[in-house]
Amino acid sequence: MASVVEPARAAAGAPASRSFLGSLLRTPSGAVGLVVVAVLVLAALLAAWIAPYDPLRMAAGPRLAPPSWAHWFGTDDFGRDVFSRIVYGARLTLQIGVIAVGISLTSGLLLGLVAGYASGWTERVLMRLVDVLFSFTEIVIALACLAILGIGLTNAMIAIGIASIPFYARITHSVVLVERNKPYFEAAVAGGAGHLRLIFRHLLPNVVPTLIVVGTLGVSTAVLAAAGLSFLGLGAQPPQPEWGFMLSSSRDLISRAPWMMIFPGVAIAITVLGFNLLGDGVREVLDPRQRQR
Amino acid sequence: MSDSLLEVQDLDVVFGAGRHRQVAVEGLSYTLGKGETLAIVGESGSGKSVSSLALLGLLPRSARIERGTARFAGEDLLGLPEEQLRRLRGDRLTMIFQEPMTSLNPVLTIGRQLTEGLVEHRGIAQAAAEARAGEMIELVGLGDPARRLAQYPHELSGGMRQRVMIAMAMASEPDILIADEPTTALDVTVQAQILDLMRDLKARFGTSIILITHDMGVVAEMADRVVVMHRGRKVEEGAVGEVFARPREAYTRNLLAAVPRLGAYARTTAPRIVVDRPAEVDRRAPVVRARGLRKRFAGRSWFGRGDAGVLALDDVALDLYPGETLALVGESGSGKSTAGRAVLRLLEVDAGEIEVDGVELRGLGRAGLRRARGHMQMIFQDPFASLNPRLTVGALVAEPMQIHGIARGRELDDRIEALFHRVGLESDHIRRYPHEFSGGQRQRVAIARALGVGPKLIVADEPTSALDGAVQAQVLELLLELQQSLGLAYLFISHDMAVVEEVSHRVAVMQRGRIVETGPRPVVLNDPRHVYTRALLAAVPVADPTRRRGVLPRLDTATMPRGPLTEIAPGHLVAAGAEAA
Repeated sequence: MASVVEPARAAAGAPASRSFLGSLLRTPSGAVGLVVVAVLVLAALLAAWIAPYDPLRMAAGPRLAPPSWAHWFGTDDFGRDVFSRIVYGARLTLQIGVIAVGISLTSGLLLGLVAGYASGWTERVLMRLVDVLFSFTEIVIALACLAILGIGLTNAMIAIGIASIPFYARITHSVVLVERNKPYFEAAVAGGAGHLRLIFRHLLPNVVPTLIVVGTLGVSTAVLAAAGLSFLGLGAQPPQPEWGFMLSSSRDLISRAPWMMIFPGVAIAITVLGFNLLGDGVREVLDPRQRQR
Repeated sequence: MSDSLLEVQDLDVVFGAGRHRQVAVEGLSYTLGKGETLAIVGESGSGKSVSSLALLGLLPRSARIERGTARFAGEDLLGLPEEQLRRLRGDRLTMIFQEPMTSLNPVLTIGRQLTEGLVEHRGIAQAAAEARAGEMIELVGLGDPARRLAQYPHELSGGMRQRVMIAMAMASEPDILIADEPTTALDVTVQAQILDLMRDLKARFGTSIILITHDMGVVAEMADRVVVMHRGRKVEEGAVGEVFARPREAYTRNLLAAVPRLGAYARTTAPRIVVDRPAEVDRRAPVVRARGLRKRFAGRSWFGRGDAGVLALDDVALDLYPGETLALVGESGSGKSTAGRAVLRLLEVDAGEIEVDGVELRGLGRAGLRRARGHMQMIFQDPFASLNPRLTVGALVAEPMQIHGIARGRELDDRIEALFHRVGLESDHIRRYPHEFSGGQRQRVAIARALGVGPKLIVADEPTSALDGAVQAQVLELLLELQQSLGLAYLFISHDMAVVEEVSHRVAVMQRGRIVETGPRPVVLNDPRHVYTRALLAAVPVADPTRRRGVLPRLDTATMPRGPLTEIAPGHLVAAGAEAA
């Protein structure tokens, strides 16, 4: 009877699951996204060595000089080096991405987890609250937050973070609803597991992959939103080298010194594109629906 | 076969490429005669479905045909351009699938789905197609065509949907019908009706059938010839009587030996004995004592069209003693799973008492319930879904022991290892993740997890119905061995009467939320008194082509006796009114 053995399918000599990074580099969008984001991170870390000038130093060169060997991206109306400002600006951009997404992701994750797990009244109250917030455009909520917190780049990051909590809460909630109906969850309940164990040991790890994907994509949205707020003068304040703020301050000089606008604009576009591609790549690697066995 | 309709030669189907290359079908050849039913049998992963999907050009994108021909009506199906194949598909070659719940489009009416193929392939007018669809609805025994054609799939039961699928597949009077596990997802009584229907239509239209299945009972019931597949290769082929009576290959013999046969244990009173000195059933005090369980699932009330809901449990009473297996049998929707979950308080009943090990569960708070769960565990049907994919199997097995404070640290590790060995797994399996295991191995992990806390009661909800024959036999053997050496009580939920006969001491038959017959297993299975029990037993396909059962009478479940249980013999209770029949 034992000769009809169970096919030990994957158990026997299947290749160990490839490293996350390795799989990511195999997807075209993931590879490109990873390179763009890596360049951004390097620029932020090594800004002091890469940038030829102090980003805040006025009259580093002549005012409104076009791109040249001395000033690759030209200079602005205070004679500051645009290239140096963009390199240092990468720091702020990354901060915005990490802090804003960090705030919205963790709060949204917790809200969604609790609401999805609790069901009943708690769920109804929490999710209706989220729906109310969801019904406003994110930028409106961000403006309202800034009105309370006061303007400034840090507050803008917080405001953007708060504004996108409903988005992450909704996604988490929907994933939790699916997961908690799977037999493994019932099995854990039958084993006697308590609230915390059920939420953090069983549900959380099954929700996180989806949220990593959404969070990576969310960085680009946050960067764009921060640039928008800075453009309106509510985010970065002079003389911070924030890209969105650099755009807005170049507004009046667009015909005389287009480089003041083009280079920050291109930097924002490439960053957003990079994170979007990275997000797509991460989804391809992590999304269980794409990994059918 | 003199006039063969389809000739498949040297078919190779391959998944992936390079390092990931996997040969799914290798050198498969067979012929299908006109009006013949050819069964392709094998375990999951044997390539039986893939080889048939290849004929219709329906392979998943990652698969490709490397070699082979399939001659049909003078042409090679495998070499046909997509456009020509599409014209044959759904017209002269049709297919029905395993899952009737998902193989109909939920947003289109039955009529629309039935007429679509006819209009597309035959170019006939919508009105003519509708007339034909109506005829087919009558032919597959659904009745009232006008109403049926206007209905949506969700308004029909699983068996009715499979009838619709068959109507769709047969409307064009195809030359070949490929049926991929057509009755696996259905209850036995419905399965019997669907098989009858397929036989009837085949005789009427002279269609040839390729029947893909793992169920030897269905093969014996339906097939003229059999192709046995194993790991992508054909291991044996022959007339059905020949293969069942004198299997040539060891693999086929094992496959047949692993089929649980109803009646194999008819003369014994206890389950199959698998250890030297089995623990006896201890009749002094029950592990589970449930009385008057009642549970209603609320109906949906969309747009005010509310209904009273479904009474999933209606005055259900159970007793289960240490060392004993009580089998809860019935068709889907009979409430048997609900009863199992109610006993563990995984769902709250509306009324009734549940005592487990002398403790009334319904009065317990969180802490008390958690303590009680240390005595009772559950094993689920689908071993692929019941293990958290993100935890190692070691962590999963450890969890209930950690929760109930049974062991920690070094001692916990030792216990996990011992449990793994106990259920037939290796020590180096402990650090792996569920997806690295086969179905049978996963079910062993689930059993190890349940055993860790030293439970007195295990509720096993269809623990082997997702497993292939031989693996199913191994897991059943493990469950029997554990019971007989540890004195466990099993509440064994199953729809498979042959399995029930092998493992249980007593049987309770459930129908629409009520227990309609209960008693010692030999009495209930050998001398059933309730019509429903009789129908269930009669519908079990027999894995013996010389004993085909012919057409079964259709059941009218609405008029069955459902009165209070009355004792007609010691321990044998039947719904009042059934005895007269």
